[in-house]
Amino acid sequence: MNFTLKIWRQKNVAAKGEIISYDVSGISPDSSFFEMLDTLNQKLIMTGGDPVAFDHDCREGICGTCSLYINGRPHGPVKGVTTCQLHMRSFADGETIHIEPWRAKAFPVIRDLIVDRSAFDKIIQAGGYVSVNTGGVPDANTIPVPKEKSEAAMDAAACIGCGACVAACSNAAAMLFIGAKVSHLALLPQGRVEAAKRVQKMVACMDELGFGNCSNTYACEADCPKGISVTNIARMNREFLGAKLFAEKEKVVRDSL
Amino acid sequence: MTRLNARIPEGPVASKWTDYKSSCKLVNPNNKRKLDIIVVGTGLAGASAAAALGELGYKVKVFCYQDSPRRAHSIAAQGGINAAKNYPNDGDSAFRLFYDTIKGGDYRAREANVYRLAQVSNQIIDLCAAQGVPFAREYGGLLANRSFGGAQVSRTFYARGQTGQQLLLGAYSALSRQIALGNVTLFNRRDVLDTVLVDGKARGIITRNLVTGEIERHAAHAVVLASGGYGNVFFLSTNAMGSNVTPAWSAYKKGAMFANPCFTQIHPTCIPVHGDTQSKLTLMSESLRNDGRIWVPRKLSDVEKLRNQSIKPSDIPEEERDYYLERRYPAFGNLVPRDVASRAAKERCDAGFGVGSTGVAVFLDFADAIKRKGHDTIEALYGNLFQMYEQIVADNPYETPMMIYPAVHYTMGGLWVDYELMTTIPGLFAIGECNFSDHGANRLGASALMQGLADGYFVLPYTIGNYLASEIHTPRFDTNASEFTLAAQGVTDRLKKMKNSGGKESVDHYHRHLGKIMWEYCGMARNDAGLTEALYQITELRQEYARGVRIPGGLDEYNPELEKACRVGDFIELGELMVRDAQQRQESCGGHFREEYQTSEGEALRNDDKFASVAAWEYNGGEGTASLHLEELQFNEIKLSQRSYK
Amino acid sequence: MFLYSSITKKVLMALAGLFLVTFLCVHLGINLMLLKNDGGRAFTEAATFMGTNVLIKVFEIVLFAGFLLHIVFGLLVSGQNRGARPTSYAVNNSSDTSPFSKYMFHTGIIVFIFLLLHFIDFYFIKIGLVAPPPGIAAHDFYNRTLLLFSTPGYSALYIFCFIALGIHLNHAIQSAFQTLGWNHGKYMDAVKLLGSAFSFFIAAGFSLVPIFILFFKN
Repeated sequence: MNFTLKIWRQKNVAAKGEIISYDVSGISPDSSFFEMLDTLNQKLIMTGGDPVAFDHDCREGICGTCSLYINGRPHGPVKGVTTCQLHMRSFADGETIHIEPWRAKAFPVIRDLIVDRSAFDKIIQAGGYVSVNTGGVPDANTIPVPKEKSEAAMDAAACIGCGACVAACSNAAAMLFIGAKVSHLALLPQGRVEAAKRVQKMVACMDELGFGNCSNTYACEADCPKGISVTNIARMNREFLGAKLFAEKEKVVRDSL
Repeated sequence: MTRLNARIPEGPVASKWTDYKSSCKLVNPNNKRKLDIIVVGTGLAGASAAAALGELGYKVKVFCYQDSPRRAHSIAAQGGINAAKNYPNDGDSAFRLFYDTIKGGDYRAREANVYRLAQVSNQIIDLCAAQGVPFAREYGGLLANRSFGGAQVSRTFYARGQTGQQLLLGAYSALSRQIALGNVTLFNRRDVLDTVLVDGKARGIITRNLVTGEIERHAAHAVVLASGGYGNVFFLSTNAMGSNVTPAWSAYKKGAMFANPCFTQIHPTCIPVHGDTQSKLTLMSESLRNDGRIWVPRKLSDVEKLRNQSIKPSDIPEEERDYYLERRYPAFGNLVPRDVASRAAKERCDAGFGVGSTGVAVFLDFADAIKRKGHDTIEALYGNLFQMYEQIVADNPYETPMMIYPAVHYTMGGLWVDYELMTTIPGLFAIGECNFSDHGANRLGASALMQGLADGYFVLPYTIGNYLASEIHTPRFDTNASEFTLAAQGVTDRLKKMKNSGGKESVDHYHRHLGKIMWEYCGMARNDAGLTEALYQITELRQEYARGVRIPGGLDEYNPELEKACRVGDFIELGELMVRDAQQRQESCGGHFREEYQTSEGEALRNDDKFASVAAWEYNGGEGTASLHLEELQFNEIKLSQRSYK
Repeated sequence: MFLYSSITKKVLMALAGLFLVTFLCVHLGINLMLLKNDGGRAFTEAATFMGTNVLIKVFEIVLFAGFLLHIVFGLLVSGQNRGARPTSYAVNNSSDTSPFSKYMFHTGIIVFIFLLLHFIDFYFIKIGLVAPPPGIAAHDFYNRTLLLFSTPGYSALYIFCFIALGIHLNHAIQSAFQTLGWNHGKYMDAVKLLGSAFSFFIAAGFSLVPIFILFFKN
């Protein structure tokens, strides 16, 4: 198969980028999208060109590293897959394919198609955990969890943190990512304990990082490679409201020796 | 041989760890603040170690080459994590888990380490549940277990087909908490290119900032390597594209011994290679073998017809099919251990019975299971895997059998460590897949996650304290010291040399070539002549690589080709050592199958008299040379026997 | 107010929006009295009641506050949203979205312009800011309405604005539920359906008046 690729090229974070056109030929329909780009890069290396930089790692759809915006959609035209699981048979022979990086203020472009998603790490650091230490936890079976709750938590926890939700959202909002983490932990009794605190801290961090607001277009859900549902956003809103409305005034606790 | 002291505590195996914990040296909380620890890698082992050490109050610096710690390749583990909880009341115990692991590893693992692993396994489950890992549950709300990889008890905990992901996210969340508290500092997008020794002790690392290209120096009182396995030496493997041996290899070159490098695990159920541009192999969970039946045609004429697509697999009648695992291993059938299943597939394909367009694949057929259990049950059990298969191959496994073939998956070998997980360099620790210690010559399913987390959460925090207790008077290091300058200069020189060598071929060309050599001669089956040939070819490859490789771009910018060039350079050297190790080990055991050493029925034949030992290689300066040290393995609890799955 | 978190802003917008929806219902009820063939008696009575009742007067302030809140937060949030993606994509986003949800700002602006127009036409006359057209008393809404809708161009604009409002509401109602956290698998489909039905009812109901006047009066 042959393709014309229109790829965003940008030297570094400060440089001005532009779209450059490339042709690739002789691509197997069974090739993955990245194998097609590998072929392009090999060609560029051999002809003294500058290979296209893109983020990728596990190439089996779970690490969440890959992040291409293909023909107007994060992870391309096929629903429920990451870029690395996209195969060239999903495109028409001779097609022109537009490849861009994720676009968001909170995800600056590092080079070509690579963006800096450390904003997601910061949000998790703000509260996306259960505050337990390694020692002294109870036996795993002391706290039963209803199967339905545990399954719903797993649905939310399946998020791979790729950022497609932000890329797809017309407002570059990160609500699905945070909603998924807030839901995952709020649904489990283990995470319930600090649920009110968690949601407030994570939302505050999200706002600070410059993500947009949610306008419930649900593009995030439509383009999430793991099919994370927007009901998680609703749950987060509920958690947040509850936390804000009923939160007690925080007291300073002084440990005495 | 005198250099290898495993420092295994005295006493009965069941109380060694308890005794160790109550007698090891501790570090006062005020002193912990003054001690720095570097952790390389943020997979299950690295992230859990960094989090646990941060909690204790040490100042931790953690490094990963990915953009986020959450992306480490532990995330791709599907099946589950073992623990001797015995929740199903089916007779499991720490001893049984220990026994199964030693036996599964074909008696090439250290008893004391494995027993400790089995002992702490239960704590892992407790901790992960407390962290909010959404393990599968029964309707009563308690944790569910399944039997995995042919184990006779149900001891595997799981979170759908994404156990590795969920456990890693648990560890990542614990790590994130420590980062937020300021106990851990994260350095992402960093390649660790050298280990720095001061007065013979590990005191730091040299890293390259992958975004800016800057060469950075980091000092600490101890260095922990959790950089994973080296399966990518085969070019095609189930490892992530970036998985590399470089941190461990740099340590090897500074004096840490590398143990059992030839022990690699080939996983039987992967999606077959489709063509020359393939970059990576995808694993299908082993659980598929619980219901799928593996077969190839009995007649070569049917193979031919399948290949030119004049018949479909379902056209071949039952009696013309060779269910070779059921035929050869009636007791375990399709559930034989990974190494056995992989070799049997290779044997059939080598004999010309392989299916698929390339002839290197076998069928994994669910027709019977669908008939017996119903379409819906099979969908509930394996739906996501079937979907994944269909996405990659564009075949519907409900209608036509899947095609699978073995692929490199895990490496049991790694840096030699003692009972305290310390390498032969004082102050340099290796945990998780990066070390060699717990899986012997073959790893059982659902044990990798267990080992990574055991090392990171529950073992290292004790053993590193025992080492650091005598370091409390050592002040923080100045990275301008000559040792750091020298190491940083060495790294810069190496990168410059590589960049300016200006060869004709790209890095991938050499990597692919290395992979072919390794897969052909040092893969599922090895023999002396082949290994000799491999050694010759790799030496040539190494020399060619040294003469020049084409790397575009500059040193001071984001340059993935330069990153790959370093990694592949190390893989070539490691490949050579693997071949030498395979040649030296004149027996068959676990994943290491020497064709000269097999039973009359074609099964692996161990030589316990000569090779019940760990082969640890010491770098001695020159290229392509290394000296061998042996650690004799003592089996006091378990009687060695021939593995039999018939 | 500007420092409120993103979710708080959205929640206040949703609450204000839902409140405005109740106002729409009341307004529609009064408008539909125009269809009664009684020479505008019922309509004028209702309008007088709305104009003189003390409670309604107080409520009017709340209503204005609601409008203000909804509009100010709408602008604020939209501004932030634009800022969240400084470099736009070269290829337009083709992600699947909830119908018309991307056009909330645009339809909102249309409704806002209509609101200004409506104020000039009625409210400002009532409070004496604008002089009524010759021959019509400041409080004679009935004849004022008849006069306006006898112009086909004005009626068309009016209907266009209410179609825009219908589109706005179609997404807004279920969106408000989502923002307030009332998204439940069991009920959400019903909420969406009822929301769509309601927005159609509002758009159609308001449009009925000019159509009736244009074609069936005179």
